[in-house]
Amino acid sequence: MGVIRFDNVGRIFGAKSNPFVALKDIELQVDDKEFVAIVGPSGCGKTTCLRLVAGFDFPSSGSVLVDDQPIRRPGPERAVVFQQFALFPWKTVRQNIDLGLRNQKVAKSERDERTDSILQLMNLATYADHFPHQLSGGMQQRVAIARAYVLDPDVLLMDEPFGALDAQTRVVMQEELVRLARRNPRTVLFITHAVEEAVYLADRVVIMTRAPGCIKEILDVRSIRESENWDSHEKIEDVMDLESFVHLRTHIWRSLREEKAAATA
Amino acid sequence: MPKQIDFTRSILLGFLGLALFIGFWQGLSAGGLVSSLFLPGPLEVLDRFTDLLTRRFAGATLPAHLAASFERFAYGFVLAAVIGVPLGLLMGWFRILDEVVSPIFDGLRFIAPIAWVPFAALWFGTGIGGPILIIFAGAFPPCVINAYRGAKFVDPWLIEAARMLGTPNRRVITEILLPASVPSIISGLRVSAGLGWQSLVGAELIVASTGVGYLMVQGQANVSTTTVMSGMIAIGLVGLALDTALRLAERIILRRRGLET
Repeated sequence: MGVIRFDNVGRIFGAKSNPFVALKDIELQVDDKEFVAIVGPSGCGKTTCLRLVAGFDFPSSGSVLVDDQPIRRPGPERAVVFQQFALFPWKTVRQNIDLGLRNQKVAKSERDERTDSILQLMNLATYADHFPHQLSGGMQQRVAIARAYVLDPDVLLMDEPFGALDAQTRVVMQEELVRLARRNPRTVLFITHAVEEAVYLADRVVIMTRAPGCIKEILDVRSIRESENWDSHEKIEDVMDLESFVHLRTHIWRSLREEKAAATA
Repeated sequence: MPKQIDFTRSILLGFLGLALFIGFWQGLSAGGLVSSLFLPGPLEVLDRFTDLLTRRFAGATLPAHLAASFERFAYGFVLAAVIGVPLGLLMGWFRILDEVVSPIFDGLRFIAPIAWVPFAALWFGTGIGGPILIIFAGAFPPCVINAYRGAKFVDPWLIEAARMLGTPNRRVITEILLPASVPSIISGLRVSAGLGWQSLVGAELIVASTGVGYLMVQGQANVSTTTVMSGMIAIGLVGLALDTALRLAERIILRRRGLET
């Protein structure tokens, strides 16, 4: 299982005399095996939401629960994919993927088996003994995704994972993530500021506003995707051309723009 | 500028500097401004230096004195590294240890290594323990400080990644903090070796009956300034060799990580 629940969550940074309200009244439930993307302008607190689930940070009020348990610390059942990849530069691809399994005291033979199969799945088999710096950005992020997936986590937390990649690589990675997520579904919380990416990947898209960070709107993409049969198109550009996709995307853009106008007014 | 030319140029300039220095020195002593007893010329010193390579003075030849010094240095330096580096890493990871140890450490490290001489003599007499204590006092702080800084300034997302993967403390230290801190630790070891080697002479001036420092004291006692200078040159050369070796190790390690071309 992997149900994430934000229960009236608030997060305030800074001194009492000069507080900064990063999150206010966040109410959200991500169901088991659901893919939820949070979009919003920078500084809207979307990364803070992810960090609360990861256990890197804690709410100032309210609670964040996974399977009804409050989160006390980071752990492999809530695997994180970072924007900066966060691979260990002194470890090979295989060693990077292996570390989490070793920490769980998985037997060597099973570790090798699981690592081999994820390397295969992510098209990394020939790079197993390379060091991260010998790989391109896209390849490095594949390794980071493999490192998270190999742990068979209940929840996968992705913090702008493709933000550091060039546009072409980004598209390839998005297609691959869709393939992976359909084949091997997990509860995913995906942070991004790229609207198309959110619409293409997610079952639901959460739009956040800034200062204080609140949820403005939650859009159900899945029902539209299923009724319009998006998954029958293999290429991302074909999906992005569909009227239903354009409509959703435009709606989100407008919603974000109103937000911006309100902020500058 | 191409790298090769750049390198040759810097070597040539280095030699130019050395030549100017020796020329100036020769001019001073040959010009009769200073008596050769006060400042022996470079040729006299060179003569004495080669002489000391085979002739015994103060009980041994210069290489034998150097070997005795180097042994003491090696013990003190290795001890400092073996205790200092893990301590620094632990302080960088466990906040409580940092808070307990830092005040004492920060106070002690300002005491010059040579200030330990009375205690070295008191506790160890002329045994090997005295010089090792003094070398240790010089070499220890940079080991601790650099390992500590290395551990403190590891990319925060690497730490978060390690925690997310459920890495136990012991493994975080050996597999994350240590390798991440290697560049910092090696530069700490370079400083540490330098300070340790410098402290050595101080130690040997007082609490030893062999070694380059002892050779120099005996040279002073016999009013043989050329002997003293030969000792100084030997210390400089060995120090330079030590530093070069550690710098090489640093470059090899960084290159293997792809951090340097």
